[in-house]
Amino acid sequence: MRTSMLKSILTVALLIAGASSARAAASEADFKAAYAAAEAANKEAAALRNQWTTTAAAMAAAKKAADSGDFDQAVAASKEAEALAKASIYQATSEKEAWKAIEIR
Amino acid sequence: MKPRSAIHFASAALALATLALSAAPSAFAADTPDPVADAKAFRKYFTDKFPKVKLQDFVNGPYSMNEDLHRQWEEKEQFPPYEFSLDLGKEMFAKPFKNGKSYADCFANGGIGIRQNYPTFDEKEGKVVTLELALNRCREANGEAPFSYVKDEMAALTAYMAFTSRGKPFDIKIPADPRALEAYQNGKRYFYTRRGQLNFSCATCHVQSPGERIRAEVLAPAFGILNAMPIYRSEWSGMGTISRRFVTCNSQIRGVPLNPQDDEYRDLEYYLSYVSNGLPISGPGARP
Amino acid sequence: MASTIRVRATSSGETTEVQALIQHPMDSGFVKDAKGELIPPHFIQQLTFEYDGKPVFAADWGGGVSKDPYVKFAFKGGKKGDDLKISWVDNKGATDSTTAKIQ
Repeated sequence: MRTSMLKSILTVALLIAGASSARAAASEADFKAAYAAAEAANKEAAALRNQWTTTAAAMAAAKKAADSGDFDQAVAASKEAEALAKASIYQATSEKEAWKAIEIR
Repeated sequence: MKPRSAIHFASAALALATLALSAAPSAFAADTPDPVADAKAFRKYFTDKFPKVKLQDFVNGPYSMNEDLHRQWEEKEQFPPYEFSLDLGKEMFAKPFKNGKSYADCFANGGIGIRQNYPTFDEKEGKVVTLELALNRCREANGEAPFSYVKDEMAALTAYMAFTSRGKPFDIKIPADPRALEAYQNGKRYFYTRRGQLNFSCATCHVQSPGERIRAEVLAPAFGILNAMPIYRSEWSGMGTISRRFVTCNSQIRGVPLNPQDDEYRDLEYYLSYVSNGLPISGPGARP
Repeated sequence: MASTIRVRATSSGETTEVQALIQHPMDSGFVKDAKGELIPPHFIQQLTFEYDGKPVFAADWGGGVSKDPYVKFAFKGGKKGDDLKISWVDNKGATDSTTAKIQ
């Protein structure tokens, strides 16, 4: 009796653990948030006059995936776009001083 | 993470790593730019690097870097592909606007033999004025619609004006106006600044690698690089202006291009032309 | 309308060297325009150079030849002051021809 109870408690505990570690599919809200973050970063890059074409491509891919309902892909592409945009910001910022190192003197 | 995303993250990370390495604090904080010294150093860098190239030959870009290409180009110059555009430009230049005025009224010496003076610094406006910009302003001032900056009519007009200046050395002036100096410095900074996902600056190709190949193309030296403009480029199967080249260079390194004749591009043209002072105008030109 | 053919022929005793630049879009039919639509094929199919009533150079072209084609060749014979006739026909049936004096 006690072993079977322990077993069932264990089973339930494992099931709960399994359910909480399974990744939930991304929702439209997740996409909107991720896309907004990418857009904000890309806008900052634009202000620095240093947008990358690949950022725009990733954002377009995100939008396209969202339109067809694939929010997992849409979120992934949005995050990629955000990373690219952030890298372009970093590039513009650090190049403000870095350019001097390759100037012909 | 999908493989493509992984590659993009990796390339972004690589770009960051490269930036981190190159963003060492600079010991050369040039507070007051010295264009005369810059131009001297610029010329010396290229003449030292290519001692066998005759000074005037630098304006021939990749052809000055490769004997075989030079020979083919010489042959082609007997019947150059820019001829049709040049003839069109001559016709267009002579044709009056609807209001009876013409391009000649907008320029010194009727617009003939003056290309080597552009870009100029307009002290009233406080900005750099390129030839392309001056042409469109001339049109608008006379009630005509402006042309696209990148090809066709603008290329034909600038081809003709360059042709009337063939052989004349670049004579760009920087007046004693802090704004002119700032524009020059902006242009210089743009030239050396890395941009785009490929993390190239103009210098990456045209200072660090002239004569070497990028894919199938031989790279031109930055010294004299604008002297042959506008060009008939085989890659484009047609003519292109300085504006076209700046825009396409940007997109080729995966940077979103600015608009033709944006301040940065005007300043860049100002800098590049100034450091090539003394080299002869050879435009219009032909390139692979 | 001005001719689409520019030609220069120079005789040096035994041979005559000919260069020609022809203005023609030479659209292959495989390229798309900015809107994504195919630009229809429009290219020179036959090009002939005639001297003394006989063809000295004949070309059968397709869409693989680039815009504004440039041709250079040499032929045996040809005297200074003689005529060289050049003509082309394209896939739309349009033609152009010109006559140049050998220099």
